[in-house]
Amino acid sequence: MSFPWANQYQPQHPLMKWLDEKLPMPRLVYNAIGGGYPVPRNLNYFWNFGVLAGAALAIQIITGIVLAMHYAANAGVAFDSVEHIMRDVNAGWFIRYAHMNGASMFFIVVYLHIFRGLYYGSYKAPREMVWLLGVVIFLLMMATAFMGYVLPWGQMSFWGAQVITGFFSAIPVVGEPVRVWLLGGFAPDNAALNRFFSLHYLLPFVIAGVIILHIWALHIPGSSNPTGIEVKDEQDTVPFHPYYTAKDGFGLGIFLLVFVALTFFVPNMLGHADNYIPANPLSTPAHIVPEWYFWPFYAILRAFTFNFLWIDAKLWGVIAMFAAIALLFFLPWLDSSPVKSSNYRPLYRKFFWLLVLDVFILGWCGMSPAEQPYVIMSQLASIYYFAHFLIILPIVSRIERPEPMPNSITEAVLAKHADAASAATA
Amino acid sequence: MVRPLGFLVGLGFIAALVLAILTTPLTNEPNASHEFHKHPKHLKLASDGLVPHWDKAQLQRGMQVYKEVCSACHSLNLVAFRNIQDLGYTEGQVKSFAKSYDNIPSINPDTGEPATRTGLPSDHFPAPYANEVAARAANNNALPPDLSLITKAREGGKDYIYSLLTGFQNPPANLPKELRPGTGLHYNPYFANLNLAMAPPLADGQVTYADGTKATVDQMASDVTAFLVWTAEPKLVKRVQVGWGAFIFLLIFSTLTYLSYRNIWADKEH
Amino acid sequence: MASETETSAGIEDGVRRRDFINIAAVSFAGVGSVAVVLPLVNQMNPSADVLALSSTEIDISAIQPGQSIKTSWRKQPVFVRNLVPAEIAEANKVPLSELRDPETLAERTKVGKENWLITLGVCTHLGCVPLGAAEGEPRGDFGGYFCPCHGSHYDTAARIRKGPAPKNLVVPPYDFTSDTVVTIG
Repeated sequence: MSFPWANQYQPQHPLMKWLDEKLPMPRLVYNAIGGGYPVPRNLNYFWNFGVLAGAALAIQIITGIVLAMHYAANAGVAFDSVEHIMRDVNAGWFIRYAHMNGASMFFIVVYLHIFRGLYYGSYKAPREMVWLLGVVIFLLMMATAFMGYVLPWGQMSFWGAQVITGFFSAIPVVGEPVRVWLLGGFAPDNAALNRFFSLHYLLPFVIAGVIILHIWALHIPGSSNPTGIEVKDEQDTVPFHPYYTAKDGFGLGIFLLVFVALTFFVPNMLGHADNYIPANPLSTPAHIVPEWYFWPFYAILRAFTFNFLWIDAKLWGVIAMFAAIALLFFLPWLDSSPVKSSNYRPLYRKFFWLLVLDVFILGWCGMSPAEQPYVIMSQLASIYYFAHFLIILPIVSRIERPEPMPNSITEAVLAKHADAASAATA
Repeated sequence: MVRPLGFLVGLGFIAALVLAILTTPLTNEPNASHEFHKHPKHLKLASDGLVPHWDKAQLQRGMQVYKEVCSACHSLNLVAFRNIQDLGYTEGQVKSFAKSYDNIPSINPDTGEPATRTGLPSDHFPAPYANEVAARAANNNALPPDLSLITKAREGGKDYIYSLLTGFQNPPANLPKELRPGTGLHYNPYFANLNLAMAPPLADGQVTYADGTKATVDQMASDVTAFLVWTAEPKLVKRVQVGWGAFIFLLIFSTLTYLSYRNIWADKEH
Repeated sequence: MASETETSAGIEDGVRRRDFINIAAVSFAGVGSVAVVLPLVNQMNPSADVLALSSTEIDISAIQPGQSIKTSWRKQPVFVRNLVPAEIAEANKVPLSELRDPETLAERTKVGKENWLITLGVCTHLGCVPLGAAEGEPRGDFGGYFCPCHGSHYDTAARIRKGPAPKNLVVPPYDFTSDTVVTIG
């Protein structure tokens, strides 16, 4: 579906006309991310991150395909093959560091994209399906990133695999057999490394497929916008191209600047020294930490230290960690407020910023050793995390009195400009 | 339905967490070694920062220290003789340097028995021990780590390596008995648990530098650390140089795309 | 920016300047993409460790006249053959006009070392390894090498004489570092 005033694709060249009859691919692109897609005119820079996430995935797939030409998924030589890439392969160091830091860039961009959605209520009707598919993409990304981190077969790779697959052994009765099945052995070794490589190569293409569904679902209601008010008429929108292609071009420039600074100037800043030690099943690093993008979830995992009811602490941690992501699937129904944008939700807005702070605290605790005060901080922060989504949000959306809202996107834009003009003359 | 269920689930997690808080002691177990442990000293090298270069004279001295001191116990598996051309040696010098090693593992072509031969530029630095068991057996069950990546494989990087090499000292008088070095161990406050199996490897005048530099412990430690920064990342200088090119290109690109964006939106209020 | 005195020419200039910036931005994107594609293509070229193995030393002291050995250089087979005087004479008496790829034995060996024939063991037809280097293998109709894949026959100077191969067996770049040691590459 699209708005009735959307530009129509009109091929000029005979070849394009012929192609449009046989395989209307250019038409598809034109309607998806070209002049045929009307977009609210008032999007701010937070709406850049969807396109940037797509760019990050493209970077990961391209560098990854190249790396796979040189990498050897065998426990005996995996570590050395990565160093061979770093030392001997032409431009190998660049490609490997780009892939390594590209993963971090992907998560930075996706986290901003998710929090954009949380602030502006992008998960609400009529865009629930867009949000649900987004959470699926996030889960697939986490699985892909975890398996990718195992491939260099350093100490953190090995012990990360040991710890993460250890989650499954928390499940009563079937846990241990499931873990052994996942690993194809009793500890991470060749079998696990090979299947992780296979899946690490496969999943990004699955992600790309789900992204197509994500965009498809988005195009049915059209993009949301900072006011949260739905598009009413033609005045409210501009065609995606050239307006937002130009803005995304600029966003891409800034994204690449950060990416290049990480890759070339501090490529190991977000990594861990222990992963430059070859995997050694007989010696555990003093302090096992996952990559930064897992820190908040790792903190939740470790916050549960008490056997409560018939469930032991380890299983509580594993359940809570998965629940912390799974509850995002229910978000469109947990928040019943008809107002989307937090700009008009005074109470929710406060809790939103508290959640941002909370996730940072969880991240900090996940990075730190399991000592006080980090343990109690992670426990308090985990309490807020669950309370925010499962208790506070449903209550707030019931009792909150939204602030007055403009009637349309155009009215909001004009009011903003009138304000700016009066401020300038004053 | 979602909201009441979510409410109950939330309460469940919160109850488990509250009980966890109530049952977790708020104090950490005392760890006396923290108090004696020191943070690494900063070592300034030419390869630092945003305009790095290789100090080739220093790298050559550092390689000499590795060859004459460290290589007795530590391997350098990832570095090939051909790589040392980066340190300013000519192709011929590399060839004769490789040839000076006569213990490259090989196979006797007639009998198939393990044998040794002289080195070629394509060979890697030979390891001092045939395998891990041999290394442990010769070192009181401690394993001397491979040094190729050591400045990237330790928290604190080059500063840590330099501090460790220069940090051997007598234990302080107030050191608790359980933290004192046992037999075969040596006190070093920069090492994680204060006592390590490596004996102080460097002593003043231990090597004779061809360029006349005075071989103090500090000098040798700096030189060999500089060399190990190179072995860990031979492409470091090139990486930063290429990075500047890419960064400046993208600064211009971002400016252009910003102007282009402003242009296209010039007649549209938003 | 727009003033009341702006002429139509001024507006046109403004339009051109805008177009120029858009074109410049897109061009930069194009140049940047090419700059990124180059290393991504170049990574498929031989890596530094492969290039480092590009020369091989061979000890030929044990090869008796009439014998040959098969060794390898850059992961390709190399034949080193110690020709007997009869084989040399046979190779020299063939008129060049009869050859598909005219070359004399002298052109294919080093001065004063005409008995040492060093060639790649890669058939110039489709890359099989010809027979004839090892004891007891068929040497073809011309006493040199014989490729079993499609029946190419090479003579005692490893020149193509019969069969589908278009060229003589390739002589790799090599030098005698001493009377008994050859460096290939």
